[in-house]
Amino acid sequence: MAAATVLKETKPTRRIKASGPIRESRTDRFFLVVTYCFLALALLIVLYPVVYIISASISNPKFVSSGEMWLFPKGLTFDGYKLVLENPKIWLGYRNTILYTVLGTLLNLLLTIPSAYALSRTDLVGRKLFLGLILVTMFFSGGLIPTYLVVKDLGLVNTLWALILPTGVSVWNLIVARTFFQSSIPRELQEAAQVDGCSNTRLFVQIILPLSAPIIAVMTLFYGVNQWNSYFPALIYLNDTTKYPLQMVLRQILVLQEMSAETTGAAISSDIAQAMNNKAEIASLVKYAVIIVSTLPIIVIYPFVQRYFVQGVMIGSVKG
Amino acid sequence: MAASGEPMTGGRTLSSRIFMNWELYLFLAPALLFFLVFCYWPMYGIQIAFKNFSPVKGITGSPWVGFEHFERFFHSYYFGDLLWNTFSLSLYELAVGFPLPIILALAFNEVRNGFFKKTVQTVTYAPHFISVVVMAGMIITFLSPSSGMIVKFIEFLGFQPPDFLTDPRWFKTVYVLSGVWQSTGWGTIIYLAALSAVDPQLHEAAIMDGASRFKRMLHINVPTIIPTITILLILNVGNILGIGYEKVLLLQNSLNMDSSDIISTFVYRSGLVSAQYSFSTAVGLFNSVVNAILLIAVNRLARRTSETSLW
Repeated sequence: MAAATVLKETKPTRRIKASGPIRESRTDRFFLVVTYCFLALALLIVLYPVVYIISASISNPKFVSSGEMWLFPKGLTFDGYKLVLENPKIWLGYRNTILYTVLGTLLNLLLTIPSAYALSRTDLVGRKLFLGLILVTMFFSGGLIPTYLVVKDLGLVNTLWALILPTGVSVWNLIVARTFFQSSIPRELQEAAQVDGCSNTRLFVQIILPLSAPIIAVMTLFYGVNQWNSYFPALIYLNDTTKYPLQMVLRQILVLQEMSAETTGAAISSDIAQAMNNKAEIASLVKYAVIIVSTLPIIVIYPFVQRYFVQGVMIGSVKG
Repeated sequence: MAASGEPMTGGRTLSSRIFMNWELYLFLAPALLFFLVFCYWPMYGIQIAFKNFSPVKGITGSPWVGFEHFERFFHSYYFGDLLWNTFSLSLYELAVGFPLPIILALAFNEVRNGFFKKTVQTVTYAPHFISVVVMAGMIITFLSPSSGMIVKFIEFLGFQPPDFLTDPRWFKTVYVLSGVWQSTGWGTIIYLAALSAVDPQLHEAAIMDGASRFKRMLHINVPTIIPTITILLILNVGNILGIGYEKVLLLQNSLNMDSSDIISTFVYRSGLVSAQYSFSTAVGLFNSVVNAILLIAVNRLARRTSETSLW
């Protein structure tokens, strides 16, 4: 759509350039140059820190802290990765996060997709009421402590359910999914099936779901990234550190700076420790490596799924 | 051949219309149960803000104390600071973070769909997916006084870098600018969707009239996305006190507390760290109520002035 718009408008511009007054096309050209420069600057600002982290994670920390390493890796070393991958806490965190992400996302989908479909049906009596009940929670909530007390009363504290159940449905995602069902699945199809005596369950499973691959993909990605990145529920509901997801382990390393002997010491083999006896240097090297290691799954899948994410936001922005 | 489903069901009684779609209610039930348990049950628990809650006696068994906790909060010496920090951080973020995605989206819209545009978009969207913990880690690492990349760069330019993370005067700027870095690109998507609705005929007509690219952007593209801007602005203002506490909590330290302590981090600390359940709930309720009032007020204002509103 955007492409078509741009193409349509650029062609006449050229024609004007040939016949119209020259001054105008010069301002236009100037404006375009400024626009390109602005976008190039934005690209640079976003890209540079990322490149820096990648380079710093495989550079000798001496060059990094002195500022000699500023773009390309200097004094190549993979010790940071070695330390990170030898750290049992990272592995445990990774395993926990994968478990929480898979289970959590499955639950998110099971709760969101069928209910979004039901809410998309105009012949559902009470639809407005249900929608209202759901939308209220977007703007008003019980708050931190009452929610905590509910989770506690349910006996979920320190279990994986405390991380999964309270984030079961995101209102925003529910609305996006409902908008998809309303706008992308032809009503006539559903009516035809109903006239033929097809039950709602069969209609949903055999006709609606096969047509819903795009929205299921979008929801899986949105919810999945959310579960992968979340740390706050773990912070408040988990006491047992062996259940910590990756983000909580990262918090210890990156934010609380619990880096010294306690977390990495056990993992440092003696020759590495001798090679770099400066603890601060080890710490900074590990930090860059751990950022890459923890974000790797998202970095790897991102280019393939980016268009689905964009699609998801686009669906959401269409007024339902 | 009916255009909608209504004629099919119109003649029947309410109960038979409900019964006909009984399966849809089953589809809806698990999600409704979720909202009842994890959204409405906590709302019932808000009453402990007006009680002296003790976990032993439970919510109903705890004695009522009226507005005692609210009064204690309003009269406390930190009330003014908390309110100011929350408001100023939020408004700062709104003032800097809100217009930038609009400008970036307008710029994207001027560039033809090619490799360059796709690259810039892919790259600027990406930081949105960095977790808040990693983001905080990056900020702390880059601003480290001894080895941080940004600190080194400022020194390289010949300036004396400030203590970004321990000087209260710098906390808000660090918070806001890192947020801009992370979310500006992603924020453009919704405006790009709105911009794709611009009628190309308007542009053609404007070109015939000799309008420059800049003029056309200003007088055609910008007015088209005004409704989208308004809606997002209402949502943002309605959430002024609800500023995301996860990043603040991670960047907070005892030295920058003067400017980094906001209502939500205070709720976390007094409620979950010090276990003052009732007091903390009262503070949280105050926060939610102010947000709700702001949202309603801004929505009303928007409806009156621009005919665009949430409801």
